[in-house]
Amino acid sequence: MTAEATNMPAKARPSLYAIDPRTKRRNAAEKRFRLYGVAAVGFGLLALVVLLSSVLGSGLGAFRQSVLTMQVPLDAAVLDKEGTRDPAAIAKVTTIAYGKLLQDALTAELTEKALLPAGMKPKDVGGMISKEAPAQLRNLVLANPDLIGTTVSFDALANGRIDGFFKGRVTMESAKLDSNVSPEQLELAQAMRDAGLLALKFNPGFIFAPDASELRPEAAGLGVAILGSAYMMLIVLVLSLPIGVAASIYLEEFAPKNRFTDLIEVNIANLAAVPSIVFGILGLAAFINFGGLPQSSSVVGGLVLTLMTLPRIIIPARAALKSVPPSIKDAALGVGASKTQTIFHHVLPLAMPGILTGAIIGLAQALGETAPLLLIGMVAFVRDYPAAPPEGFFDPASAIPVQIYSWTQRADPAFTERASGAIIVLLVFLLVMNSLAVVLRRKFERRW
Amino acid sequence: MSIGLLSLIVIALAAAGFLIGRQLALSKAGGDIRRLHSLPGYYGQTVFLFTAVPALLLMLLWLLVQPLLIETRVTSMISAADIPDGSSANLVMTDVRRVAEGIDLILARGQLGETDIAAMRADLADVRSRLAEVGVAVGTNVKPGVFEAAKAYRDLSHGGHLALTVAVLALALAGFGYALSRIRPEFRARNVSEGFVRVLLIAASLVAILTTVGIVLSLVFETIHFFRLYPASKFFLSTTWNPKFGGGSDLGIWPLIWGTLYISVIALVVAVPVGIFAAIFLAEYASKKVRAMTKPLLEVLAGIPTIVYGLFALITVGPVLRDWFAQPLGLGTSSSSVMTAGLVMGIMLIPFVSSLSDDIINAVPQSLRDGSYGLGATQSETVRQVILPAALPGIVGAILLAASRAIGETMIVVLGAGAAAKMSLNPFEAMTTVTVKIVSQLTGDTEFASPETLVSFALGLTLFVFTLGLNILALVIVRKYREQYE
Repeated sequence: MTAEATNMPAKARPSLYAIDPRTKRRNAAEKRFRLYGVAAVGFGLLALVVLLSSVLGSGLGAFRQSVLTMQVPLDAAVLDKEGTRDPAAIAKVTTIAYGKLLQDALTAELTEKALLPAGMKPKDVGGMISKEAPAQLRNLVLANPDLIGTTVSFDALANGRIDGFFKGRVTMESAKLDSNVSPEQLELAQAMRDAGLLALKFNPGFIFAPDASELRPEAAGLGVAILGSAYMMLIVLVLSLPIGVAASIYLEEFAPKNRFTDLIEVNIANLAAVPSIVFGILGLAAFINFGGLPQSSSVVGGLVLTLMTLPRIIIPARAALKSVPPSIKDAALGVGASKTQTIFHHVLPLAMPGILTGAIIGLAQALGETAPLLLIGMVAFVRDYPAAPPEGFFDPASAIPVQIYSWTQRADPAFTERASGAIIVLLVFLLVMNSLAVVLRRKFERRW
Repeated sequence: MSIGLLSLIVIALAAAGFLIGRQLALSKAGGDIRRLHSLPGYYGQTVFLFTAVPALLLMLLWLLVQPLLIETRVTSMISAADIPDGSSANLVMTDVRRVAEGIDLILARGQLGETDIAAMRADLADVRSRLAEVGVAVGTNVKPGVFEAAKAYRDLSHGGHLALTVAVLALALAGFGYALSRIRPEFRARNVSEGFVRVLLIAASLVAILTTVGIVLSLVFETIHFFRLYPASKFFLSTTWNPKFGGGSDLGIWPLIWGTLYISVIALVVAVPVGIFAAIFLAEYASKKVRAMTKPLLEVLAGIPTIVYGLFALITVGPVLRDWFAQPLGLGTSSSSVMTAGLVMGIMLIPFVSSLSDDIINAVPQSLRDGSYGLGATQSETVRQVILPAALPGIVGAILLAASRAIGETMIVVLGAGAAAKMSLNPFEAMTTVTVKIVSQLTGDTEFASPETLVSFALGLTLFVFTLGLNILALVIVRKYREQYE
């Protein structure tokens, strides 16, 4: 057909090789659109990388701590005046005497190596040692009274500011304004490090020691928090797995389709989306005020987290039960098994890997939960390890995420490093749990 | 007898019951298993269940009810004269409990016998120093009324404990005997035990309902309590939030709602476009390999605990925003701000939006895409003009769920948003939210007598209603949409 025949105005026919402007525009739009998608995914991944690297960067320091190594003569005249080695008599000597011992030992060490700057008072030398170190030395002596009278090689924690100097948190300028540390002390610390008296060593205390007071960040550890979290996870696992599995079996296999089961289903869906802090309010009102359970104990935390975790276990457990093919059930019913036998002997074992995967992921979420635990009083400062279960469930305890929170609320920036370090510990736990879930799924999941 | 030991005994009895029941069934059938109605194990199971379950349930119920009963009995014993000025019956009750504990400790040390305690009178003996000896510190000297109440409290709880032990053991034995007496070869043991198991399953699924009821009851009761002390009109209409622990505080909810919504909106402004574009990319453009790599990585963002985001806001994002944006622009000097919290929360919400949207985009039938391509549309035109409109309800549902998360999120705002209740438009200013105030008004506090602590329950109820509404709306939308293509 020609242009004349259709009465259309003559138009230059575009070449097939040249792309017309409209197509160009459309293609450009296509490219742009695709780019937006890439940018969005890139933004998400970038955020993840920045988040993790910022936490790792500021937290790794918590695993290494400045330690002063010195020879401490444990003078019997000071520590055991009667010479009876009676533990009760030794226990009467306070940390002040041990602090004096450490101070003298460090001064002696420095004089011997000719590092002691002229005009520095012994008190300033002693100030470089952590206030926690005398207590540690005292515990060491109380545990082995035979050490008295000998000279021991003792690793004393350095003061938090000295430690901060080697980690870049404290500078000569900030020390001038700081009443807790002087530039001379920092210079001495540098000299001691060069002489090998002071070293950054791996710090097991960060993982095993209990929390320490506001003024002793160098001694603060996660021991009580890890134990408390472990107790709570034990309670959550023991309660929520059987209840969750039982509930999902009922809902998936037995429940008739009626209003009542619908109510339960809507309930579970909603509970999964209720803000966690509301569960904290529930725990405070129901378990502590109404039920009279002790505040900040792991049993209350465990119960609150159980209620929170239940819907998060039920939903994947139901999916796992649903994915077992009906032919298995039919076969079991066909050879005369009752419905209960079919489910407990055949369906449940086949669904178990999926159920456990969901349970582990639910548990991991519970491990990282903070807000409800704040309300039930787990922010309290707890220095004593809880006793062994079951009595220990009623002792005050802390939890890893709550410990992180309370460290962020303290003034000394050294606690920020501790908090980031604690996050690394928390993330390692989560990583282990999630990898376990992935392995379980890979290893045991069946595709029908 | 401790509770742990008691439950161990019950369970041991039940386990023994299982073996005995099984043996008994076999022996009654003369060792011929074919004469039994059910497999021998089921006879054992009935004995186990009838022994353990009622006894343990009784124990649980008793432990819940006993403290309440004792508390009311003892509280009625305390006269108004025993309550010092500026104190409350609640505080006196804590004293009573501690004195009772102290008496137990004194007895445990063997300094005094039961009869000495019964004869001891607070107005004659120095109870306080005796208690201090065993490490129980009491503020003032113990008043006679309080001391008598403590003795009664102790007697009642010991008596209750003894009664509990007896009742639980009796019930366990009764169940044991009853179940054993029923065992005959023609007894339909399997049906009985399966029926029992089914009841247990139903009970387990009722826990979810009980939880909701518990949440609603605890929120509603304490909120009513709060509105008796503080007028509801002021709570809902006032625009100042200024709690004073001496009393006379302004507890208007609006500054908190403003902060909550402002932060949530910023979070959604970050999360929604990024999440949706990420979902489109993953569902429509990405190759299988890229998708398998990126999707789990994005979902890691959802698995990271919120305290980690909170710390990230506190130590990284806050200072960066302050030094690079707020201060140069002259908008503020605070590192905790609406922007900090909103931005970090937005990052947290990305996977919530992207995962659900991804599922929904994938659920759009291929035929719609093919039709669009057949008409000559490019891929992006298909996405924009065909897939997104089809998936819109589901995506809206996903956004609503993300919004409900944002409103209920606590740790990020506690660490990133600040504590000042303000109604300002400047996003670089510190503001506060409903959740932050719940935490700060309630942390570690259990004496619910003042409106300043009780207000948390009213705030919690507001939060609960808000998020519940959003969740239900989202669920309805998503469910409706799913039905469309199925």
